[in-house]
Amino acid sequence: MQTDTREKTAQLPQTVEPRNPGTDLDLDWVMAAQANRSAIERRVATLPGRRTVKKDYQAAWLCRAISCIDLTTLAGDDTAGRVARLCAKARQPVRADLLDALGMQGLTVGAVCVYHDMIAPAITALTGSGIPVAAVSTGFPAGLSPLHLRVHEIEESVKAGAAEIDIVISRRHVLTGNWEALYDEMRSFRAACGDAHVKAILATGELGSLRNVARASLVCMMAGADFIKTSTGKERVNATLPVSLVMIRAIRDYYSQTGVRVGYKPAGGISKAKDALAYLMLIKEELGRDWLSPHLFRFGASSLLGDIERQLEHHVTGAYSADYRHPMG
Amino acid sequence: MKEIYDSMDYGPAPEDASEALAWLVDQGDRFGHFIDGAFTEPGNGFVSKNPATGETLATLTQASQADVDAAVAAARRAQGKWARLGGHGRARYLYSLARLLQKNARLCAVLETLDNGKPIRESRDIDVPLVQRHFYYHAGMAQLMDSELPDREPVGVCGQVIPWNFPLLMLAWKVAPALAMGNTVVLKPAEYTSLTALLFADLCRQAGLPRGVVNIVTGDGAVGEMIVTHPDIDKVAFTGSTEVGRRIRQATAGSGKALTLELGGKSPYIVFDDADLDSAVEGLVDAIWFNQGQVCCAGSRLLVQEGIAERFHDKLRARMQSLRIGNPLDKCIDIGAVVDPVQLQAITEMVDNCTEGDRFSVHAQLPAGGCFYPPTLITGLEPSHRLMQEEIFGPVLVSTTFRTPGEAVELANNTRYGLAASVWSENVNLALDVAPKLAAGVVWVNGTNMFDAAAGFGGVRESGFGREGGWEGLRAYTRAKGRRRKMEKIESNTGENGAVDGIDRTAKLYIGGKQARPDGGYSRQVFGRSGKLLGQVPEANRKDIRNAVEAARGASGWSRTTGHLRAQILYFIAENLSARAEEFSHRINQMKGGRSGEKEVEASIRRLFTYAAWADKFDGQVHGVPLRGVALAMREPLGVIGALCADEAPLLGLVSVMGPALAMGNRVVLVASEPYPLAATDFYQVLETSDVPGGVVNILTGTHEGLAPVLASHLDVDAVWSFSSSDVSGVIERESAGNLKRTWVNFDLVRDWYGPAGEGRDFLEAATEVKNIWVPYGE
Repeated sequence: MQTDTREKTAQLPQTVEPRNPGTDLDLDWVMAAQANRSAIERRVATLPGRRTVKKDYQAAWLCRAISCIDLTTLAGDDTAGRVARLCAKARQPVRADLLDALGMQGLTVGAVCVYHDMIAPAITALTGSGIPVAAVSTGFPAGLSPLHLRVHEIEESVKAGAAEIDIVISRRHVLTGNWEALYDEMRSFRAACGDAHVKAILATGELGSLRNVARASLVCMMAGADFIKTSTGKERVNATLPVSLVMIRAIRDYYSQTGVRVGYKPAGGISKAKDALAYLMLIKEELGRDWLSPHLFRFGASSLLGDIERQLEHHVTGAYSADYRHPMG
Repeated sequence: MKEIYDSMDYGPAPEDASEALAWLVDQGDRFGHFIDGAFTEPGNGFVSKNPATGETLATLTQASQADVDAAVAAARRAQGKWARLGGHGRARYLYSLARLLQKNARLCAVLETLDNGKPIRESRDIDVPLVQRHFYYHAGMAQLMDSELPDREPVGVCGQVIPWNFPLLMLAWKVAPALAMGNTVVLKPAEYTSLTALLFADLCRQAGLPRGVVNIVTGDGAVGEMIVTHPDIDKVAFTGSTEVGRRIRQATAGSGKALTLELGGKSPYIVFDDADLDSAVEGLVDAIWFNQGQVCCAGSRLLVQEGIAERFHDKLRARMQSLRIGNPLDKCIDIGAVVDPVQLQAITEMVDNCTEGDRFSVHAQLPAGGCFYPPTLITGLEPSHRLMQEEIFGPVLVSTTFRTPGEAVELANNTRYGLAASVWSENVNLALDVAPKLAAGVVWVNGTNMFDAAAGFGGVRESGFGREGGWEGLRAYTRAKGRRRKMEKIESNTGENGAVDGIDRTAKLYIGGKQARPDGGYSRQVFGRSGKLLGQVPEANRKDIRNAVEAARGASGWSRTTGHLRAQILYFIAENLSARAEEFSHRINQMKGGRSGEKEVEASIRRLFTYAAWADKFDGQVHGVPLRGVALAMREPLGVIGALCADEAPLLGLVSVMGPALAMGNRVVLVASEPYPLAATDFYQVLETSDVPGGVVNILTGTHEGLAPVLASHLDVDAVWSFSSSDVSGVIERESAGNLKRTWVNFDLVRDWYGPAGEGRDFLEAATEVKNIWVPYGE
């Protein structure tokens, strides 16, 4: 009965998204950005009532969520062994028998995300998997070390083999409205990344308002960010749907002005399969199907995978699952 | 699985309809009426169809006059006892109904969607929760009636006719306040969508509601007509089209029935260039693509600031592409079915006949066999275009542009309707400046289609009158306690021609702050009680009314003055009247005979003080609506009020209507006491010395029977009041149907101008309109 109202466009398999070259800083555009919190909250609050996926569709969507996970460990007590275990999970995120039952053999997560010193063990553990290693950088999480050291840290991580660099912006530039400084900082980070893709962490929980989130998003994209990312996972408030809506609308605006697709990564606080579906639906509704791929969308998460595994086992067996039935990462 | 993984489609998510269909089967798929606590045997009838599929859901019975009589009689029998049950007793029943509605929420939602075609998301997440909320809220109002409304009593038996766009919700809006205030009801659901009303009847039975308190009869417009014209109905409440509302106004005119109408609209949706454009686009989805656009307050007229128009329209068209149309029972559907093929055809014809502008429709494959219409945007229409003026009542948005805030307000108000409006701006100064200027009963700032039982809903102009919800909504279902007797027409004194004592004083009309000779050039002699000639007064005609209304319309600055200033002027009038008290009391004594003049002048001075006192104290409210934000219930003046002043109290009667009208910021056209007009013509001299701006008060003399229909039919008058002893109540109500102006007439019942009935809240409420301005906030 229902119809898909989207215009049918040929979806070519596009393995590599052209990178965002950035633009000049357009302050008129930045300052025109608005974000009405109440209206934004209404939109995200009603979305789960407007869209849902059931049965096979739900399972397929959850597999898609897995493919977009940046499986992450960012703890002071990380060791090579801990990272190796995580990488093994990245290669085989769901029990093989379940993937067989689902017909989703070969499913992996999107990337593994670690601190600089863990890049080498991660690369070793992921050899041959095609899974990239992402490194947090630039004095993560506060980003308050000297600028030249932050730039140098990027260069070191790239040299160590990280294919993706998650940088943190200087929140103070946003809070004081110093958009030029933010732009210049991001430009220098982007340059330091070379061929590695750069994700700009806005630390939205520390930016004070959704309008600031919108403006910071635009500035970082103008300065060449490949991805914009909500949080370090260390702020008091991390990824939320309202913040996500603001950021992806900024991405949509940037796309409509420049024709360049910038990726989006919500991070921190997403731990339930249901939440992951809500994010995927929000992306599909606001940005479209094209963004539902690891090239343009990632979850920064550590415990989300466990809940998805249980849901998938439930889908396959019809019985609710338990966490100990799934191998640790 | 892999295929879905690649396509990332949503897939089907149908709501299970089996419980609702089983309920229909349990009822035999055939329904009678619900009268006196029981269902009648199903009779000759019509079928109720699912508009999404065309399938028949049940057979319903067309009510006969005998059925309606039985329902009204049952309601009448039940009413006294229901009222005497007391607020708490009624609160228990309303609470029980709220609970039952909650326990049967899914059944209500699915049945509503089957019957109406609206997406299950809407019936489940919006309609049915609001229905429950209205019963909870009004359970509370029943509880509080005894303490908070001690001077009010139930109106009696209410006849309620509701539309098909929100079948159960409109029932709740009508039934809950009526029952709370001690009334009983005879309700007719719309012919297309009667099933949830019948389910509600079943719930009334389960709640043990005393029989006869709620009666539901089904059928077409003929049944509605039987209800609204039934002699034993005390109050009529109607929600539906302006056309039918107008006919109901005419049909009930002069019957003494109270009336509230909630009618059509062409509500503006104003987007300023500093708005959060993406949120404003999303708001439009809830404004015009909510319930397939079949919403009386739908934001159907987009006004967007010129500089951002192109970008905004682009964003809007992109958003429209992701709207999903289809089976309303599917949980992923945004746009369901239009209620009936008749409506679908009406929408189709209106849009197809539009050859101007740029039309954009979502290219969707519409399901076969149902009433589906694609979401449509027509840009570039001028205000003069038919589609910019008339309600389409479908998922069709029309759009035009404006340059300045002032022009936005002008365009927004360039309509016969005045139901709702949306204003989008991130500038609080701009939004809160524009909101009060919009001719609408409800204004949403940075939002749309927000409803709650605590905030009144209703319109101005031809969108009807009366409010549903909030404290302001209770007025329609209560009346002042006490019985009043009929009055006789007071005839003018007669006498012999002769000379007037002293220098001849020529009384004139008072229009636009100037004394004016009557257009017709005729005067009438005024005699004293003793038969002595006291003077002549002009005989005003329709052109004098026209001039007076024009002057009043022009004095719009008065409505923007502060309450403090209006108080100062009312006090000043009192002061100047006091200085001439002796002259006025002598004049009254001459006209009326006896010695009541002094008392009347004294009472008039008091009354002016009363309204000077009220001018800056009749506060609005901030309603406790469930959102982070406020709903400001602002009391606004009606505009231009025409009043036929009481004959029996030539000065006090005039002051008693002028006072509240002026205090609340209205301008008035007053027709003086017909038999005793000289107090009014003396009074304009008091006004002239009291700093009353020209045009704010206009005074005419003449026959009430002659002037009442002219005032009542004048399309630029916002309200007409009559306390005349002439039999003009009926003609005023009938003639008011032209622009559906508010009327307040006495039905020839006596009012004690010296007692509490002569002043106070009733007058202030009649002189104001409650506008609810919703301001959600948050940084």
